[in-house]
Amino acid sequence: MRTPTLGHLPGLVDEFGKDFALELFRRGNYSRNFDYQVKKEADKKRINIPIYLTIGSEFNSAALSMVLPGVNIFGQHRCHGLYLSFGANPEALRDELLGLSTGCSGGMSGSNAIQGKEINMYGHSGLMGEQIPIAVGAAMASGETSLAICGDASVEEDYIYPSLGWAATKEFPVIFICEDNDLSILTKVEVRRSWSPVDVAKSMGMYAVDITDDPWLIAYHAKKINESGKPGFINIRTCRVLWHAGTGNDGLPEWDRYSLILAELKKLGFDKELIDIDQENKSKVEKLWA
Amino acid sequence: MGLVTTKTTADVIKEITRNHLENDNGLLLGQCVSAVGWIGGTVPDCKNIVEIPMTDIAGPAFAVGAALKGRRPIFVVRYQGFMWYNASSLVNYAAKSKQIWDQPCPIFIRSIAMEGFGVGHTASSSIHSIFMHSPGMIVAAPMTPNEYQEVWDWFITHDDPIYVSEHRRSFALTEETPNEVDENADITLLAISAARLNAQDACEILKAEGIKCNLIHQVWLKPFIIADELEQSLKATKLGLVIDSDYQMNGASESFSYTLMHKYNMPIHALGIEDRVCGVSKEGENITPSAEKIAEKVRILLSQRK
Repeated sequence: MRTPTLGHLPGLVDEFGKDFALELFRRGNYSRNFDYQVKKEADKKRINIPIYLTIGSEFNSAALSMVLPGVNIFGQHRCHGLYLSFGANPEALRDELLGLSTGCSGGMSGSNAIQGKEINMYGHSGLMGEQIPIAVGAAMASGETSLAICGDASVEEDYIYPSLGWAATKEFPVIFICEDNDLSILTKVEVRRSWSPVDVAKSMGMYAVDITDDPWLIAYHAKKINESGKPGFINIRTCRVLWHAGTGNDGLPEWDRYSLILAELKKLGFDKELIDIDQENKSKVEKLWA
Repeated sequence: MGLVTTKTTADVIKEITRNHLENDNGLLLGQCVSAVGWIGGTVPDCKNIVEIPMTDIAGPAFAVGAALKGRRPIFVVRYQGFMWYNASSLVNYAAKSKQIWDQPCPIFIRSIAMEGFGVGHTASSSIHSIFMHSPGMIVAAPMTPNEYQEVWDWFITHDDPIYVSEHRRSFALTEETPNEVDENADITLLAISAARLNAQDACEILKAEGIKCNLIHQVWLKPFIIADELEQSLKATKLGLVIDSDYQMNGASESFSYTLMHKYNMPIHALGIEDRVCGVSKEGENITPSAEKIAEKVRILLSQRK
């Protein structure tokens, strides 16, 4: 099931258009450059706390940010991309990673519990999966849409299924995302369970899909769920390029989504634009961390 | 005898709740709220009551989400023993949120204790002490109508979560319980929750024996507020006993004894529920120290002092 084309729908790139594609790239590329810079800073010991880098899944967040403006965001520990793509302050994230009181959580959370008040992104306490019922409670209480993101490990937590079930029963507007990199730190899904959260969500009467990390595909389904005003569940097969925590890697990922995106954008005739955006983002990030 | 009103504590809880839900856009979340007895008659039949599914893990996190969106939810747990699995998001998110993210998460946690009647090991007793251990959590144990109103007024004017250790025995109370302080008393009793009622009876038993006890009623557990009367009384009696409806070992009674002993440099003892599982049979019960047990403890302490 884990393939770079799972759930592919033809024509989405054209359907969303060129402006969408360039902005999507701008956001995802910025997160990518930011986290590679964080890696550099950590490797030279300027950052001395546990860090959870988004590299490999940065375009998941970029895609969601493109179609879900104004939602309440409840993520987990690998959220730099989410924070940046939705437009929170990069300086405050930098300061948080440096342990400064000017950080986005006042230096109290580090990498894994960041918040972005200006984008309605709530911090995560560290209890895996807890953000899902909190997101459901927020949607219930406010009538506003919640974006609730967990991973393929935390989707197994006790918090999850009563939350999916209640949201389905009451039709609370919650977009549930499972970023499925097949790993709970290093333990593969097949070792941990034989069932699929998508099947469970479907059994509760919810729109649920199992797809690859193609950002246009993510945007398509997230938009569809959001427009329905009802809850929905998206399992995104994605690849973690670096370690669960830290900057090391265990070899090449199963597929390189970034290269696939570049190829797709080049088909649209973007060559110079991609180079310009990449250089512009690199320069911004280097200046930020100088 | 203290001030007697026509309203019971249950009536006051109900009034507060109705006003919060109907006029202040508040929410009340709980399991089986409307099915059986409306939680001891403390919940009105009105809007904004949210029947949550039977989940003691996700349930409190629903309340956290509601609190983050400004609804100041009342979250009801029918048996304090169930707090063992309801605790995670309350202590780990609601209580910490302000300190980590400067993001208030005010939840009024109604955690209801009962005991006796063979309710056994899980549904029995108070466990407020474990919540006193959590940074950012306020803990109170009101018993009388006015005390309940005071705790609610505090909640509504602050932005912290508060663990309200209720006891079913408080619901029918109409009488306020002023502290009893006599400068010639033999000992100071500081009582918490339902232990206050048993301590009152113990004072009567001992009075008949010529032993005078000062009785101080403790509502605020965390922060532990030492009333002026408690200080005056301890300085006069130079001997104290803290009595609680929670477990004694490492609980509020021992914690307060420790604090008071160091502050006033005098022997302060603790008496709470014993360190054993509560059974269903009468012989196996392990509940709030009875009046007789409190009286016996006082006799022993006084005899040791002599």
